Amino acid sequence: MQHLCDIADVFLRQAPACDYWTLRLVEEEHDHLEVRQGVVEPSRLTYTSGAMVTLVGGGGIGYGATSDLSAAGLRAAAERAAGWARVHARLGLFEAGIYPRSSTRADYRTPIEEPWSTLPIGEKLDILQAANDALAIEDRIVDWSAWLARRRVSQLLITSDGGRVSQVLDYVHPGLVAVANEGSQTQRRHGGGSDGSQQGGLERIAAVRLLEDAPRVAEEALALLDAPDCPQDTRDLVLLPSQMVLQIHESIGHPLELDRILGDERNYAGTSFVTPGMFGRYRYGSELLNVTFDPTVPMELVSGVADDEGAPAAREYLIRRGILERPLGGALSQARAGLPGTANTRASSWDRPPIDRMGNINLEPGEGSLADLIAQVERGVLMDTNRSWSIDDSRNKFQFGCELGRLIEDGELKGLVRNPGYRGISASFWRSLDGVGGPESLEIRGVCNCGKGEPNQSVYVGHATPPCLFRDVAVFGGGE
Amino acid sequence: MNADAFFTLADHLNAELRSAEILFSNLSNESSDFVRLNRNRLRQAGHVGSTALDLTLIEGSRQVEGGCDLSGDPTEDQARARRLLARLRERLAHVPDDPYLSYSAEPSESDHYGDARLPPAAETIGELIASADGMDLVGIWASGDIAEGLASSIGHRHWHASASFNLDWSCYLEADKAVKSAYSGFDWDPAILRAKLEVMREGLHIMSRPARILEPGRYRAYLAPSAVGELMGMLAWGGFDLKSHRTHQTPLLKMARGERSFDPRIGIREEHDRGLAPRFTAEGFPTPPRVALVEGGRFAACLVDARSGKEYGEPVNTASDAPGSLGLDAGTLDDFDVPGQLDTGLWIGNLWYCNWSDPNDCRVTGMTRFGTYWVESGEIVAPVKVMRFDDSLYHLLGDRLEGLTRERELLLSAETYDGRSTDSALLPGVLVSGIDLTL
Repeated sequence: MQHLCDIADVFLRQAPACDYWTLRLVEEEHDHLEVRQGVVEPSRLTYTSGAMVTLVGGGGIGYGATSDLSAAGLRAAAERAAGWARVHARLGLFEAGIYPRSSTRADYRTPIEEPWSTLPIGEKLDILQAANDALAIEDRIVDWSAWLARRRVSQLLITSDGGRVSQVLDYVHPGLVAVANEGSQTQRRHGGGSDGSQQGGLERIAAVRLLEDAPRVAEEALALLDAPDCPQDTRDLVLLPSQMVLQIHESIGHPLELDRILGDERNYAGTSFVTPGMFGRYRYGSELLNVTFDPTVPMELVSGVADDEGAPAAREYLIRRGILERPLGGALSQARAGLPGTANTRASSWDRPPIDRMGNINLEPGEGSLADLIAQVERGVLMDTNRSWSIDDSRNKFQFGCELGRLIEDGELKGLVRNPGYRGISASFWRSLDGVGGPESLEIRGVCNCGKGEPNQSVYVGHATPPCLFRDVAVFGGGE
Repeated sequence: MNADAFFTLADHLNAELRSAEILFSNLSNESSDFVRLNRNRLRQAGHVGSTALDLTLIEGSRQVEGGCDLSGDPTEDQARARRLLARLRERLAHVPDDPYLSYSAEPSESDHYGDARLPPAAETIGELIASADGMDLVGIWASGDIAEGLASSIGHRHWHASASFNLDWSCYLEADKAVKSAYSGFDWDPAILRAKLEVMREGLHIMSRPARILEPGRYRAYLAPSAVGELMGMLAWGGFDLKSHRTHQTPLLKMARGERSFDPRIGIREEHDRGLAPRFTAEGFPTPPRVALVEGGRFAACLVDARSGKEYGEPVNTASDAPGSLGLDAGTLDDFDVPGQLDTGLWIGNLWYCNWSDPNDCRVTGMTRFGTYWVESGEIVAPVKVMRFDDSLYHLLGDRLEGLTRERELLLSAETYDGRSTDSALLPGVLVSGIDLTL
């Protein structure tokens, strides 16, 4: 972080003369280790660094991003930003005066128990070799991998109003996959934390039970080969957190993004079935549906102290007892729409401008265990681990598929089914929510590839959720 | 960063190598203007200048990879690259032999500088907004220089540079009633923009009619090239790469096993010689002009990258495991005859958010979006509310394929997740006797 502070000092000494500016400096370190079929794949170490200058002046707004962090490079980026601000002043969608200003001063650093550097690469590879070996339990496992990835994002935001926000986020991503095949039937199973990302250090390896999980992953992939297809009919549906993450993400998170509602994303990521008039009155789901924007949950993917424009992080209800309360909109979108919002303006890295993104979007727990939910089902199916996702551009008609299903009959879990999928409409689906697991069943997870924006940006998004029960859902299996 | 600066940097790094070390240096350089538009006004505009260096350090049968951003200042960049090289060297001592290490041991050279006539982006945006006056236009303008370079201590020296623009936009009437267009290339012509806007105005006129709401079921349909592009994008996802085939994960598994096929008129190729991407791989292999992936409706060959080629003993024919310059063979259907041949059914302008519904059966789900109409007796009569489809490509490109258009459209990717994409596709429209709509 000291390195970024030094660069910021250079910028401050030559700060542009304008109404308002921000400088966002980002450094990222990535490390990826993987063992596939007993062979160590080429490891990859990546370091990225750059600056994003946003400038408000002359009635316009512009940005300039550069990987040249010298005084001359920063000056050139500011000049580029000023040039685009002049164009914006003539052709802009809104008055530059509404651009949010920040004087927030705050610091955040992921609390880590075991730093990445404390384990030599040889020992990391030994762990991966052991996990990889444990996946190869018979010949019908035709491909198998174990991996360990590390990402550190160091970001310093300074503003002309005296704002200074430093955040260092650390992630360690372990994961496993086993692919089983027999004839023309192939089934894949993931585990070992591959879809349960959180902030943290090497302690994540033990937390996700990377080694211990490997036999289950391989056995379930094999079992799916012999399982019947999921039936095609209408029945109750229990979604484990590994699929609830996607359900929340696609049919609550995205439709509530205020920039979609304002139309910015209509050419690419899409619009929303939610309109400004719905906030405060629209019944989004049943009484059991409580959803928060919560950047304060320890270790969740997007926990921190401020967004990328310097708005202080704060927990807010988006949906309370089924009623829609507020959108996911940063300060600029709030000013454009005249609606309250959240501190969720984020950029994927130094080379992209911030836009409205999900942060941590969590479904608050209810009561009882997973077994309690299953006990309420006379005829249904349980689905685990997302494998397919598709939803319309206004985030209404969706179809999702999972890796593994299990039938439920008379309140008890029965046999496996393969290729389980379900489809529905967001506007009615959440009203069929009839059971929400309690705090003991809550899992903190997230999505590491949420795509949106023009130019395109892929970001991490956190989702904490218990398992949930939905009534009368259209389910189906595989086949032509 | 230009070619001379890159090769000079690579020479400095090569001079520091120890006797048994081999180094491959790859460069990606971009200087781009990005302008977002909403309601035919400028939403967000700026410039991105980025230069990224990737290194692969090899000693014997061991290798490690790494990357860092560069500044453009030669002294600073040498320092950054040397730091990265030192880290890779330190790591190389701790990794085992890699049985699938693969690189070209034959020195080679090439350079490509694409010609372009690009006006200043700010000027073009003003022209666009004026030409689209009265329209609810939303989209993205991206333009500028991109370059990729390869240098190795063996003697590879390749440079591929181009300048281009890509305007990707849609115009809305209301809610989800919209039409989409794209204009990309190397020589900006305002007349082409105005013509495309005029076509969109006509489309919006049809959109003003009451929308038809369809019930789930099977419908005759014409898929315009952009919609076909979404389906080809699905096949690109594991359909053709050698590793997916050898590990039985390809959605074309039944075709590869000879159990299923497409219609004999279906031919799919990777057309390196037509595309915009460099003709060299990061490991120094040249790519062949063309690779036939599907011929006569049957599986022909896989895309083989350097690592998979070594693992499975096949010659390298691609830099990536997905096609970057895909071509689908044309048919015999004249564009003018399409409405008449369709007679009554769906005209699908674009598909959206496709994903595998059941990869074992090559079954895809997705949504209709933009410029989708109901056609009766060869006449477009109404826009259609968005519908979900869920169907197997073994049907859509197989037993339910009625024809492919004679004219093909060149679609240049507007994707910018990892910098401005050089992917493209050359595609006809497709007429099918039925597509299954489910929601």
